[in-house]
Amino acid sequence: MTDMITFHYRISPDDFTRAGEASSDVKSKLKKMGVTPEAVRKVAIAMYEGEINMVIHAQGGEITVNITTDRIEMILADVGPGIPDIDLAMQAGYSTAPDAVRSLGFGAGMGLPNMKNIRMRWISIRN
Amino acid sequence: MTVRDVRDKLGAKVLAGENHLDEEVRSACGSDMMSDVLAFSKDHSVLLTGLCNPQVIRTAEMLDIVCIVFVRGKKPDEVYAFDGGGARNHYPVHRTSYVLGLWPAL
Repeated sequence: MTDMITFHYRISPDDFTRAGEASSDVKSKLKKMGVTPEAVRKVAIAMYEGEINMVIHAQGGEITVNITTDRIEMILADVGPGIPDIDLAMQAGYSTAPDAVRSLGFGAGMGLPNMKNIRMRWISIRN
Repeated sequence: MTVRDVRDKLGAKVLAGENHLDEEVRSACGSDMMSDVLAFSKDHSVLLTGLCNPQVIRTAEMLDIVCIVFVRGKKPDEVYAFDGGGARNHYPVHRTSYVLGLWPAL
């Protein structure tokens, strides 16, 4: 049996000052565990993009990170209204972010494409 | 190139992270959109931006950005970064009066 380490985070909605804390914590832990820099970077980017989306669009939720010797699994479970057209949401540049979010440097419509483009082995988005 | 070289070439003022001046810089990224930074920045990069908020620091931290340079004389209200344990450490941050732009060579 492969040993698994699990981290669990609660993401608050609309709390932009704390957005990214979970991703930062996971990144720090992975570094201390000796995970390769390339893998740490991929995990950090993917999780950060997802965490920001949870705060901006999806009323927060919970993130679970499962780590074994051969994989890092991130489950981002939000409590938002869902994505009506996932294919449209995956298009680079498509965004429903309000102006207030764009003024903070987010909402360019690159979050989901960025998560896909870092070439993780498997990414699934489900309503 | 080092962070010190970047500071000198931009005539920048160091706001935080004096102890990081000898770190290596291999490339630079200029943007006010954090998703662009996440998508396109390279290893050992300097980030030049006019966006001043804590998420810029957080984005830089995710990517191990070597140093942030705020352009147009912008100055953040507070210079800090969170590490995994919640402790606050000063992230290397500079400020320059130069603007961020791209002009065709004449």
